[in-house]
Amino acid sequence: MADHNSHGTGGLVFDSKKRAWPNEMNVLLALLLMIGLFELLGALTMGQSFLFDSDGRFDTIFNEARLKIIILQVSIIGIIAIGSTQVIISGGIDLSPGSIVGLTAMIAMSFAQTAMVNGNPNPKAIFGESWMDLPVIIPILVALGVGLLAGFVNGALIAYTKIPPFIATLGMMVAARGAAKWWSKGNPISFPTDQFSSIGNGLNGWAPVIIFVGLAVLFHLILKYTVYGKHTYAIGSNEDAARMSGIKVNRHKVLVYTIAGMLAGLSAIVLASKNLTAQAGMGVMYELDAIAMTVIGGISLAGGRGSLVGTVLGALIFGVIISGFTFLRLDAYYQEMVKGFIIVAAVVLDQWRQRRAGSKV
Amino acid sequence: MTDIILETRDLTKHYGGVHALTGANFILRKGEHVAIMGDNGAGKSTFVRQITGVEQRTRGEIIFNGSAVSFETPMDARKAGIETVFQSLALADELDVPDNLFLGRELVKVNLGPFSILDYKAMRERTMMALEKTGVKIPNIRNKIRNMSGGQRQCVAIARTATFHSKLTIMDEPTAALGVQETAQVENIVRTLKEAGEPLILISHNMRQVFDLVDRVVVFRRGRICANLDIKNEDVTGEDVVAYITGAKTQAGYEDAA
Ligand SMILES: Nc1ncnc2c1ncn2[C@@H]1O[C@H](COP(=O)(O)OP(=O)(O)OP(=O)(O)O)[C@@H](O)[C@H]1O
Ligand SMILES: [Mg+2]
Repeated sequence: MADHNSHGTGGLVFDSKKRAWPNEMNVLLALLLMIGLFELLGALTMGQSFLFDSDGRFDTIFNEARLKIIILQVSIIGIIAIGSTQVIISGGIDLSPGSIVGLTAMIAMSFAQTAMVNGNPNPKAIFGESWMDLPVIIPILVALGVGLLAGFVNGALIAYTKIPPFIATLGMMVAARGAAKWWSKGNPISFPTDQFSSIGNGLNGWAPVIIFVGLAVLFHLILKYTVYGKHTYAIGSNEDAARMSGIKVNRHKVLVYTIAGMLAGLSAIVLASKNLTAQAGMGVMYELDAIAMTVIGGISLAGGRGSLVGTVLGALIFGVIISGFTFLRLDAYYQEMVKGFIIVAAVVLDQWRQRRAGSKV
Repeated sequence: MTDIILETRDLTKHYGGVHALTGANFILRKGEHVAIMGDNGAGKSTFVRQITGVEQRTRGEIIFNGSAVSFETPMDARKAGIETVFQSLALADELDVPDNLFLGRELVKVNLGPFSILDYKAMRERTMMALEKTGVKIPNIRNKIRNMSGGQRQCVAIARTATFHSKLTIMDEPTAALGVQETAQVENIVRTLKEAGEPLILISHNMRQVFDLVDRVVVFRRGRICANLDIKNEDVTGEDVVAYITGAKTQAGYEDAA
């Protein structure tokens, strides 16, 4: 190892112990700063602690209820953000996951119907009696399939017709939302099987968090240690170079968008199962929140830069802001205005970093 | 079998109305080192892009190693044994040196298709070997290309061709951004290739370098080949080559390029 790193010549000596300050550290600092701010405001205005157990109501250090809320409320969008991270690292953008969530939730829920509701026959079954009480794997596979198909269409349009990703996924965003409304003529679909509802509510309500964290770890490893990850970064950092180096850029893009679509499908399962119902309007604006999480997490919109660690931290910052405003009993509009400000600030910061890095050469 | 490693017949590339390359008939023999010279915009890089599968030609034939080829992608050309240092270098700025050397043909520990697990250690070791073989000096191979000087980037691109065994090496202005020492290093790499009997196409604007290194000079002018000069065996001077480049002279047999 030391051998590889200290190949210093021409007066340049490289100190392998001196690692570059990773950008994720900045995001972590921002997260801690944000928490500190809410602690301070809480202490000043209400004499309460934001994250710590201040009233002695619990016999633990942290206010676990709040911690759980923070992570839980970002888990479902966080699953989408895992896909958005890959898309953005590859130099693209995906506006469709929110609508894919709506469509997938409707279709998956139709395959997750229970036969008996409180002892009475299910009044709203979509496909009739023989399609009820299916094993839970069926709606899961259906959801993954729908997400996969939508993502594949996105990827194929972008890779082979050369439509800008913004336009292709905007089209999918509108079309999938339309399909979600068409599916049951705008009616919500409810009454899932117990098995299905345990996906979003199981493990004391922690199931969505565990799914999110598990997927984040899995895709972090994939991005860091597999050919897929390497090519995603390469395409985002210089698409022509990637092509000249022999990477099948088109095929790879299709894969990236397909994975993003599947993650949106997974997110839909968790959401529908947690809410015990599916509605055509589910997931509106989720794509923008997911993009915001990645941007706050330091993923460069120019492509090629950032990591899932950043996105997870970005998601936590997101959760802290929402919980913090509720904690301070401030109205939701303040929350959104501050969110908007932070998104813009994150992008400005990224561009400023890029310019500084560029001018060094 | 002939001793011709690469031949192009009537190789032509039009970008819409721009006739970047017209009717190029070019022959490279085994073990031969040929320089391509010509003014900026003469079509040299265009010629390289057609051979290496980066772009698809408008018309013409390419015969490599005895058979007509039509590389769909640069990977196909590499698989067939053509290693290229592109003028644009084709490096991914956000990746480090081993990543770039092995981009598109990564070494893997476990083969799982697109999700194959990278063998970082082996790639780092092979990178060090390639850098040693070429004498290229990079202070830290874990550094991203973005943070490197123009010359270091060029060194990385050159080291990439040396990492893999090839039947033909093409270098498009490999020393354009290099210092004196680094240029000498690259020239040594070229000499090593010559001794090993590996053929080379070198694109260069440096007359001294060309006369030092190669057997033959092919001159491009406004998208056409206008001269083919055997500088080892015939009495050709630098001024002659300049005259062909600028169009002051045209070689017999290439009158249509005038
Ligand atoms: N993709 C393209 N679209 C349109 N025109 C192009 C394209 N690529 C190259 N050209 C044109 O083709 C001509 C030849 O370009 P080429 O890059 O082959 O020149 P060159 O001989 O390599 O020059 P240099 O010495 O500057 O590298 C130029 O006039 C250039 O503008
Ligand atoms: Mg050129």
